[in-house]
Amino acid sequence: MAETVAEPRPRSLEGLAARRRVAIVPALNEEACIGRVIDEIRAFDAGFEIVVVDDGSGDRTADVARAHGARVIRLPFNLGIGGAVQTGFRYAWENGFELAVRVDGDGQHDPAELDAIIQPVLAGEADIAVGSRFAGGPGYRPSRSRLIGIRLLAWTVSRLVRQRVTDTTSGFQALNRRGIQLFAADYPHDYPEVEATVMVHRHRLRLREVPVRMRERAGGRSSITAFRSVYYMAKVLLALFVGIFRRNVVPLEDR
Amino acid sequence: MTPLGISIAAALVSLALLLVIFELIRRHRLRERYALLWLVAGITLLVLSLWRSSVNTIAGWAGVRGYPPAVLFAVATLFILVVLLHYSTVVSKLTDQNVILAQRLALLEAKLREDED
Repeated sequence: MAETVAEPRPRSLEGLAARRRVAIVPALNEEACIGRVIDEIRAFDAGFEIVVVDDGSGDRTADVARAHGARVIRLPFNLGIGGAVQTGFRYAWENGFELAVRVDGDGQHDPAELDAIIQPVLAGEADIAVGSRFAGGPGYRPSRSRLIGIRLLAWTVSRLVRQRVTDTTSGFQALNRRGIQLFAADYPHDYPEVEATVMVHRHRLRLREVPVRMRERAGGRSSITAFRSVYYMAKVLLALFVGIFRRNVVPLEDR
Repeated sequence: MTPLGISIAAALVSLALLLVIFELIRRHRLRERYALLWLVAGITLLVLSLWRSSVNTIAGWAGVRGYPPAVLFAVATLFILVVLLHYSTVVSKLTDQNVILAQRLALLEAKLREDED
């Protein structure tokens, strides 16, 4: 069973060049940040195919992304973060990618930290690695109400997956082919990361949390407001509870 | 005070409703958004049937004399109306999205055919 690592960050990413790899970037009205995110991913490793999933933006997100050389999948209307991200995983699955990372289009995830989350997956130690803001990394200080929610979710999820999880809402992730396969077949809706963590455990995939530093949003607006967080919290807890009694979804056929 | 027999029967029906809701969620037939709504409704029904003086007490708060169950009917009717209104908005949204999907598909098909020629 994997656990949170606090050791110094490994810098070697041996074997990365040999993998077909894709960076999935979900974006909703991020014309101000998306270009920089794309450039930074390319600066980290030019070998990534960068796929921006535009979740029905009303601004020039898709144009900017294309101008920066990303492949853009434009959804005809807003599906919500879960539907958008899953589109990216489906793309990765159908096009035979062996390694996928998810980097949010709002600039919160720093592509310079990608090595930390890619390393365990590349080394074959985890099927999915998640960047955590709280696993010993420096920095992030959320508001008190948000902290209560984060703690509650972390506690619940840690019990369910029998492994310490500190950041259940982090979308900064790296996955191997098995991880891609699972999320392409089944991915939850709003606040999908929480439920997805439990799904990963139930399908006996190996999960690893890695400390990362995250940035403040560079621009745009967070889609999470106070009233909504309470509502989502109830919904997510319900989904987690019911999830215990669910049968596993049969993953897609291997191709 | 509700007669004991009726109270028990009502509680059993509420429990059955809760079970059906739970099973629907488990089979992915109900999204969490509606699941929460129906769970709250089911629990409310359960409380009303177990708390046997509830109808009279609540009618007392509302100042209704004569026929206390009228309060229950009024609240239930309002609830159903609101749920129906919500469904109307959902159906409208689905219709709009369906139109967009059909248009996109037709445009794609036309483009594919042009590329073939």
